[in-house]
Amino acid sequence: MSAVPESAAAIASAVGSGELRAVDVVRSSLSRIETLNPVFNAFTDVTADRAMAEAESVDAAIAVGADLPLAGVPFAVKNLFDIKGLVTRAGSKINLENLPATTDATLTTKLCRAGGILMGGLHMGEYAYDFTGENAHDGNCLNPHDPGRMSGGSSSGAGSAVASGMVPVTLGSDTNGSIRVPSSFCGLFGLKPTYGRLSRHGTFPFVGSLDHLGPLARSAQDLALVFDALQGRDISDPAQPDRPVLSTGGELVKGTDGLRIAVAGGYFRQKAEPEALAAVDAVANALGVSAEIDIPEAARARASAYVITVAEGAALHLERITNRPQDFDPDTRDRFLSGTMVPALWVQQAQRFRSWFRAMMRGIFEHVDALLAPATPFSALPSGTKTITLDGETMPARPNIGLFTQPISFIGLPVVAVPVWLEEASLPIGVQVIAPAWREDIALRIASRLEQDGTCKAPVAARRAELVSQGT
Amino acid sequence: MSAEFDANSHVAHMEKIMGLAIEDDWRPVVEAHIAATQKAAELVLSFPLGEDIEAAPVFEA
Repeated sequence: MSAVPESAAAIASAVGSGELRAVDVVRSSLSRIETLNPVFNAFTDVTADRAMAEAESVDAAIAVGADLPLAGVPFAVKNLFDIKGLVTRAGSKINLENLPATTDATLTTKLCRAGGILMGGLHMGEYAYDFTGENAHDGNCLNPHDPGRMSGGSSSGAGSAVASGMVPVTLGSDTNGSIRVPSSFCGLFGLKPTYGRLSRHGTFPFVGSLDHLGPLARSAQDLALVFDALQGRDISDPAQPDRPVLSTGGELVKGTDGLRIAVAGGYFRQKAEPEALAAVDAVANALGVSAEIDIPEAARARASAYVITVAEGAALHLERITNRPQDFDPDTRDRFLSGTMVPALWVQQAQRFRSWFRAMMRGIFEHVDALLAPATPFSALPSGTKTITLDGETMPARPNIGLFTQPISFIGLPVVAVPVWLEEASLPIGVQVIAPAWREDIALRIASRLEQDGTCKAPVAARRAELVSQGT
Repeated sequence: MSAEFDANSHVAHMEKIMGLAIEDDWRPVVEAHIAATQKAAELVLSFPLGEDIEAAPVFEA
């Protein structure tokens, strides 16, 4: 068998041309999962038998001339996605008592129809209320670039599995930053599409007003390949409007010529460690960007998202948090308990402010095509970190890792998180490339350009000697 | 909004209304979380929103 390429695009090309068999790709992925998962704890369920059966089907289809854009590409999903035959964990203990899912989530089905191979379900923070990758029930998911540090969350396994090379692509969810934070900490390209772009049917929710799904990968091309396969109307998701599909794969070659790009100033230049600002500056320099635009009221946007999240999340879990709080992860339990006590008026004003902030940002996007901002205030924190100090202010770590992601998802703008390795840095850090609503193509073009010129890269982490000998 | 938000009293009041069971060692953390939420809400409520600004619920009849 030929060596299995690391990227989804290369795998799909090789399998599609018959140069490589999907069953060999899957065996390679299973081997890496078997070796590396005990180290990083990225997978909670491995669907090995299903994966082999799907790979055989893909090989048979290719043999008779099928055209499958994701032929033989192994992928895995955050364990809030329904997987037929498995209980949908959502990172919890309580949901393990539910019946197994009878069908896959819509997005899983779409990837499998495109030739993708589902490898299993991935670790996450309980009920997605997390930025760390720590989970009292399942243990901590670790960062492949430094197992002493957080993977980031709540799509923790989605970050760790791709960064360690177990699979080239994963699907996560992002309510306040849960794709972009692990992308930053694990050094990946992550796409949080426009709110309403991708169907959420068949996934366990957190905050319906703010929940998004999207892919994590190690290249902009892989993000585009998967994003194009994920799109399409699904009337089962009440938040999905009837929009035309945006084909992005062919757009990447356009580069950034003609795009007006600016650095997000004000709020997005405060409460950040030097590496976060340096990463934004490195990206801006590579793109020849010198303009900086203040984003008015970003702090209020973040505060509004905070209020909506705690109240709407608590409403979802009211029966569970009322009757069996002891079965929650302590780190989410106390936040959900507090969310049951939020006055309705606080939430309503936050939702009204959301409309105001959206209108204001639409005005900014009349003058620019994209904005650059840090994805996280710092590189991956050591596991167990409880407090952080930013601009001299000490605050709880868990809710504040998403300081810079939260105002953006609040109004549903599409973002590609791009990974930067600063000179002599031992850890990556992400930068948000923020585009106007429904223009994922712009963010992906910029990400691709940054990848092409070497400003951004997402190498497989597990190449250290002790892991190479076991994992390949 | 009153500057005198008393998180401890709020939690004690609301836990009865909501029928919650908050153990003693959880209580200070719950109080800290509602205090943080109140601080965020104070920032939101202090913004002069025009009366024409509506929320954007996702609901189609």
